[in-house]
Formats: sequence, C-alpha cells, structure tokens
Amino acid sequence: MSSVIVRIPTPLRSFAGGQSEITAEGADVGAVLGAIGADHPELLARIMKDDGQPREFVNIYLGSDNVRTLNGMDTPVSEGDVLSVLPAVAGGAA
Amino acid sequence: MPGPFQPPRVSQMNRISLPAPMREELAAIAVDGYPYETCGVLVGACADDGVRVEKVFQARNLNTERARDRYVLDPDDLMSADLAAREAGLEIIGFWHTHPDHPARPSETDREAAWDGYSYIILSVSGSRVEDLRSWRLNGEGFVEEQVAA
Repeated sequence: MSSVIVRIPTPLRSFAGGQSEITAEGADVGAVLGAIGADHPELLARIMKDDGQPREFVNIYLGSDNVRTLNGMDTPVSEGDVLSVLPAVAGGAA
Repeated sequence: MPGPFQPPRVSQMNRISLPAPMREELAAIAVDGYPYETCGVLVGACADDGVRVEKVFQARNLNTERARDRYVLDPDDLMSADLAAREAGLEIIGFWHTHPDHPARPSETDREAAWDGYSYIILSVSGSRVEDLRSWRLNGEGFVEEQVAA
C-alpha cells in the first residue's frame, strides 16, 4: 500500500468537501480512487464508471503520464505519487 | 400578437474577465489557425462576480481528420497547463476553441463533453478576422452565456 496525493479539479471540489487534494492509499490507480470514493462517493461517481474504468470525458494522470498510456486503472503506484484528475476536452462547430 | 422580446439567456451570476492582451492573443491564434479549429486552456482565478483569466495556453488539436469542425484538446497539453497554473497559484478556469465559419455558439458536440463549473470561450473566425467571441457555462443540460468583460 502506498500513500498517494489525488488532485481534484475545481468543478469537482464540492464533492470532495472543498479539498483541492486528497491523500489516499492503495496499490494501484483504481484502488487509490476507490479509497477516496469510500469517503466521497459522489466524487468517485464523477470520475469512474460502475465497471471501474474512467468516465469518457475524464483523464487521470500519474505524475506526467496519462494512465491510459500505462496500464490503465491497474497501473501500480508508489509512495508519494501524485494522481491528477482532469477533464477530457473536446467539441467543435459541428 | 408576438410575445415579448426574449433576450438571450445571459447569466446574471457569472462574468468572465478577459483582459485585452489575452483577447488579442486568442484572436491571433484563431486567425493563424484558420480554417482549422484551434483550442486551449484558460488559467486564472475566481473573482467577486465570476472568474478572471490570467493566462491563456494553446493546446494541440488531436482531431486531425475533422480539424475544420472538431477538436480534441491534447490532454498532455492540459496537464502541462495545470502544472503551470498550480505553480503560479492559479487554477484552470475553462477552455477556449474556435468555430471557423460558424457562430460563436456551442454545438451539441461541445455540450456532450462539457463539464459544469468551467467557462468555455468560443471564437467565431472567418478568414482573416474574428467575427465574434462569447463565453458559455454549462448549467445542467444546457449552456448559459456569460458576460465577457475586459
């Protein structure tokens, strides 16, 4: 188990008691996010789907790497790592 | 009898302050990128009556197949902007993108990906000039226009 900092984007902080960062423990990305979901279920619901995968318009970074380019939610974490939750931004005129 | 004039929905609560140099920076990128969509990140802070833009970042558009009317903001560029914002004591407050030869109004494609709580600036660009610049904020299922101030 590693202690990891999870950075919360501004629009989701109301679901995290106003916190910009939460420290949680886990062996991989999914476990860490699951751990914060125990205290903040509404926050977790906006990050992950019921199947444990990130929502379509959410990106999760471990340090400077998008976990989708690593091993997804199974990516192992180390003590002191930083997870950042960010919107996946897209759209266009048509 | 026609009904009373209904003005566009403009939020009375939210105002986005976009200082002239940043507005000009966005316009220059929009014109330079025409006829393709350009996009980026708005970094700033909360203000008394809304949000205030302090920095604008351009990001790569990963949608190369439909770059004239679609964009996918490179998430790595967003991550870089987020780090820069935090180091400066600022926050990501929203995003901007262009609509070449289309109005500065959000499309259904824009709505599908939008998050509550961010500002979305859209620049309508045609040829060598920006025709319009508006800012929008998702409010439940629909967008509400924000007041754009200098």
